[in-house]
Amino acid sequence: MRIGVFICHCGSNIAGTVDVRAVAQAAKGFADVVYASDTMYACSEPGQEGIIQAVREHNLDGVVVASCTPRMHEPTFRRTVERAGLNRYCFEMANIREHVSWIGKDTERNTIKATELVRMAVEKLRRNRPLTPKRFDVTKRVLVVGGGVAGIQAALDCAEGGQEVVLVEREQSIGGKMAKLDKTFPTIDCSSCVLGPKMVDVAQHPKITLHTMAEVESVSGYVGNFQVTIRKKARFVDWEKCTGCGLCMEKCPSRKAPDPFNEYLCTAPTINIPFPQAIPKKAAINPETCIMKQKGKCGLCAKICPVKCIDFDQQDELVTVDVGAIVVATGYDLFDWHKYPQYGQGRYPDVITSLQYERLLSASGPTGGHIKRPSDGKEPKTVVFIQCVGSRDRSVDRPYCSGFCCMYTAKQAILTKDHIPDSQSYVFYMDIRSPGKAYDEFTRRAMEEYGAQYVRGRVAMIYPKGDQLIVRGADTLAGTQVEVAADLVVLAVGVEAARGAAVLGEKLRVVPDQYGFFVESHPKLRPVETNTAGVFLAGACQGPKDIPASVAQGSAAAAKVLALLVKDQLESDPQVSRVTPARCVGCGKCVQTCPFGAIKLVEDRFGNPKAEVVETVCQGCGICTVTCPQGAIQLEHFTDNQILAEVQALCPPRIRVNYAS
Amino acid sequence: MPKVAYYPGCSGQGTSLEYERSTRAVCQAVGLELVDVPDWSCCGSSPAHMVNHVLSAALSARNLDLAHSLGMEVVATPCPSCLTNLRNAAVEMEDEGFRSKVNALLDRPYTGAVDPQSVLQVLVEQVGVDEVARRVTKPLTGLRVACYYGCIMNRPPERMRFDDHENPMAMDRLMEAIGLEVAPFPLKVECCGASFGVPRGDIVMRLSGKLLDAARGLGVDAMVTACPLCQMNLDLRQRQINAALHERFRIPVFYYTQLLGLALDVPRQELGLDRLCVDPRLALGKIKAPAPVQ
Amino acid sequence: MRIYDLATAEQDFIAEVAARSHQDVRTCYQCGNCTAGCPYTFVYDYSVSQIMRLIQLGQQETVLRSKSIWLCGSCQSCTTRCPNRIDVAKIMDVCRHMARERGYATEREVKLFADSFLRSVERHGRAFELGLMVDYVLHSGKVFTDLDLAPTALARRKLPFQPHPIVGRDQVERIFQRFRQGGAHA
Repeated sequence: MRIGVFICHCGSNIAGTVDVRAVAQAAKGFADVVYASDTMYACSEPGQEGIIQAVREHNLDGVVVASCTPRMHEPTFRRTVERAGLNRYCFEMANIREHVSWIGKDTERNTIKATELVRMAVEKLRRNRPLTPKRFDVTKRVLVVGGGVAGIQAALDCAEGGQEVVLVEREQSIGGKMAKLDKTFPTIDCSSCVLGPKMVDVAQHPKITLHTMAEVESVSGYVGNFQVTIRKKARFVDWEKCTGCGLCMEKCPSRKAPDPFNEYLCTAPTINIPFPQAIPKKAAINPETCIMKQKGKCGLCAKICPVKCIDFDQQDELVTVDVGAIVVATGYDLFDWHKYPQYGQGRYPDVITSLQYERLLSASGPTGGHIKRPSDGKEPKTVVFIQCVGSRDRSVDRPYCSGFCCMYTAKQAILTKDHIPDSQSYVFYMDIRSPGKAYDEFTRRAMEEYGAQYVRGRVAMIYPKGDQLIVRGADTLAGTQVEVAADLVVLAVGVEAARGAAVLGEKLRVVPDQYGFFVESHPKLRPVETNTAGVFLAGACQGPKDIPASVAQGSAAAAKVLALLVKDQLESDPQVSRVTPARCVGCGKCVQTCPFGAIKLVEDRFGNPKAEVVETVCQGCGICTVTCPQGAIQLEHFTDNQILAEVQALCPPRIRVNYAS
Repeated sequence: MPKVAYYPGCSGQGTSLEYERSTRAVCQAVGLELVDVPDWSCCGSSPAHMVNHVLSAALSARNLDLAHSLGMEVVATPCPSCLTNLRNAAVEMEDEGFRSKVNALLDRPYTGAVDPQSVLQVLVEQVGVDEVARRVTKPLTGLRVACYYGCIMNRPPERMRFDDHENPMAMDRLMEAIGLEVAPFPLKVECCGASFGVPRGDIVMRLSGKLLDAARGLGVDAMVTACPLCQMNLDLRQRQINAALHERFRIPVFYYTQLLGLALDVPRQELGLDRLCVDPRLALGKIKAPAPVQ
Repeated sequence: MRIYDLATAEQDFIAEVAARSHQDVRTCYQCGNCTAGCPYTFVYDYSVSQIMRLIQLGQQETVLRSKSIWLCGSCQSCTTRCPNRIDVAKIMDVCRHMARERGYATEREVKLFADSFLRSVERHGRAFELGLMVDYVLHSGKVFTDLDLAPTALARRKLPFQPHPIVGRDQVERIFQRFRQGGAHA
């Protein structure tokens, strides 16, 4: 082999603490290396051209670049060597930035380590062989999980782009958190007026199939060819027939069903359509509170239903669908503020969450849009807002900022003044975070035009006195303690990962961070991709996000899906397992351990069982290679020989001399 | 029968003698054996930890060591201030460096691992509210009270590891078990002014005054405490508070053990009700005679 | 108002507070929750969050000469509710220790009462309430302290005239002696 080695300075990132010239000089002495040099930025255009030129001039058939992480630029350099006429797998990368220069300050030792990493790469490259990817067909359909505003946007954009969309939503209606909001910042436009038409578009789009009250049961397959099973929960109503007339809701005698859409401020009829703009506008029965389901009698809804769509015997239904790509848009949930015992833990009915307050403000809410406090229905004159409840607080394991609470609190303070002109709002805040377009001006308006009194400090305790709540906080700007008697206290509860996100993440092989938010492929350059090819992220499932950011990500994820599904075929990664039939004894251990079901047992022409790898399913994880007792399975591009050669390059076997006396 | 070492605390020999005696009587009545720490000395209370933590821990450790020599795992004290000092000493001496500094002050180094608890905790956890209820012979129905726990019995929670730190319920449950109506007192853990009564009486006037005001707002007949210092601030100083704040509070302040004793029908002389400063007779008169037992 | 030169921050002071309290004062982000809950704020000259800030700024003299560190009642409200899990009450305690070691006593009566209490313990092995009150009155000169309470307290036999000496009185005395000889620094 004729190998060329290129040591990157990465400006001063590497060259600052690694003697790159010395590394290049040392590499010239390695086996098969016929050319070695250092280069300022290997990934830049002149850098890549330099590699191509060297390949041609020195007739190279293998290239090593020592630079940054392969996560970043391995694809870049593979394209480079391809342009130079080599197979893209005749290339190796040594990471001397993240693994060397960024973590050590000692130039001499860094240089030694970088040299050793280059030697390892060269030894591996000497055993590489050209690989050619296979091609396979792409299923032109996308699954969107979650029907909040991010999922809706992704679904509509994908459908408009000509792809078939399957949208799965856990709740009875799509719309997510945004459907519960009264108005939106910073424009104070009506949330359901903005979102409603988009929800209708979803219902009417010929390319979109909607499953609500449904969850992803299981996922198999790989980019371009996922098989997804969806569990549609029993709703005890035949939605093919239900017209959403609402007659059953009026007549249902059991009216104490929990009402999650109204944030449990009130109860709902047991057969219910959660809100007037619900999509699909279909009724469903809550079996927990249904007299028929619990006691076996009643059935009033079935009797009065004009289209006879009630089906008390309905069961969960499993639907299987093939898709080529998946968008995860599962959103967020609210921090459980009961973890703060000093706020009453639910003992005081007039301490409510910000989302409950949205329902009190909303015309479709339990009070018809009139602010009435839960305890006695009185209109509050003094409203206290407490920010950062479950945000920026290590003691409850929520050290992060939830991002949009400052803005919605300002909005709620403005709306409070709109609804009750003789009211006074107080907002306890730690810092005001309003970096969006027209955001800071908006918070200023809350103070200057609407007279909200902003108090910089946390609140230590709330306790009742008479029919009011004494809120005791700090005003750190005044440098002392403050107290205010409030009629209503609204907690700006923080954002946390959606319940169930961890389970879904496991099914999709998408990794959650330590707080349960899904991790993107690159924090800057691949914000909607995940490390599982074909699975994309949109909205707050990746981290706290407001509506514009969620919508933008929905569109971004759709763009990625469309770019993927526009191809008729995809290349499979040739770094897959390969069986040497002569060595295989057909024990089947690899079949059992393969997490992807990519290995099957077949009979050879003598009737002997032999393992066979389905190349398009294999993800190249390598578990089978260490399982096989015969060493009959090898992972292409990471064979035992290649790995051992790397180890030997690092720890050359010493000649043992026995100086026995 | 549960058995614990018992550390009465200095105020039990003087200002809160009625707490100390009623505690003993109640524990006997519910079958909790208290074994006195022999020749116990002062834990150092708040003055010691205001001066130095090693000194404070040493004063406490002498008593932990005596409890350890009894072969007991738990030492119970009625006084939250003693409890805080004993518990702080026990926990901080888990650190070897700190322990050796403390031991350098002691005649005999402390090597044990005795766990200091409040008598209230032992009653609730080792005897149980149900067992106390079962032994009630004279339920105190007709009386409405507010339970006040004081600031340090449950705080900080990582250190005290007993009951809720914002809304403790142990005393509430015991008082309900003996037939009392317990009002939800919102300032259960607010400080009464602690030991500032003597050097800065104005602090106690304001802070204890707030507590009395909140109790009055709930329309209770009496307050119930578990702390000698709290009881003294609220009861003995109630007249001072009235003078300072131009108020007319007349709220009797019981130790919870006094009320338990009444319900368990222990001899009246063990309860020292006559030692309370705000006359409790009006409140006690509200107790309805129990229905004749069939 | 006092103007602080940020460059004069006494790093030794910050380090000493941190070392003696085992608390990382840098984690305080000034949310004010300690001040919000502190029942003693009304008598403070610097609120407890300001004390925390002044420690961060290394303003030793301002902190150790403040009234606040003497008037903290160690009620644990700050420690219990701190979102950064700082044991604020312990820091107040440590500041009090440091002030005492430097001979400061901005709240003289508070210091004297603690002294009287500990003298009583040293002498008798236990706190003798009547004795320590007399001791306090003698040292502070505050003759009328709680005189109004005396009839009530005495009538209810709340203040015995005799201490309850213990056998191991000398053991307790030796704890104090060794402490004064510098046997402990923490």
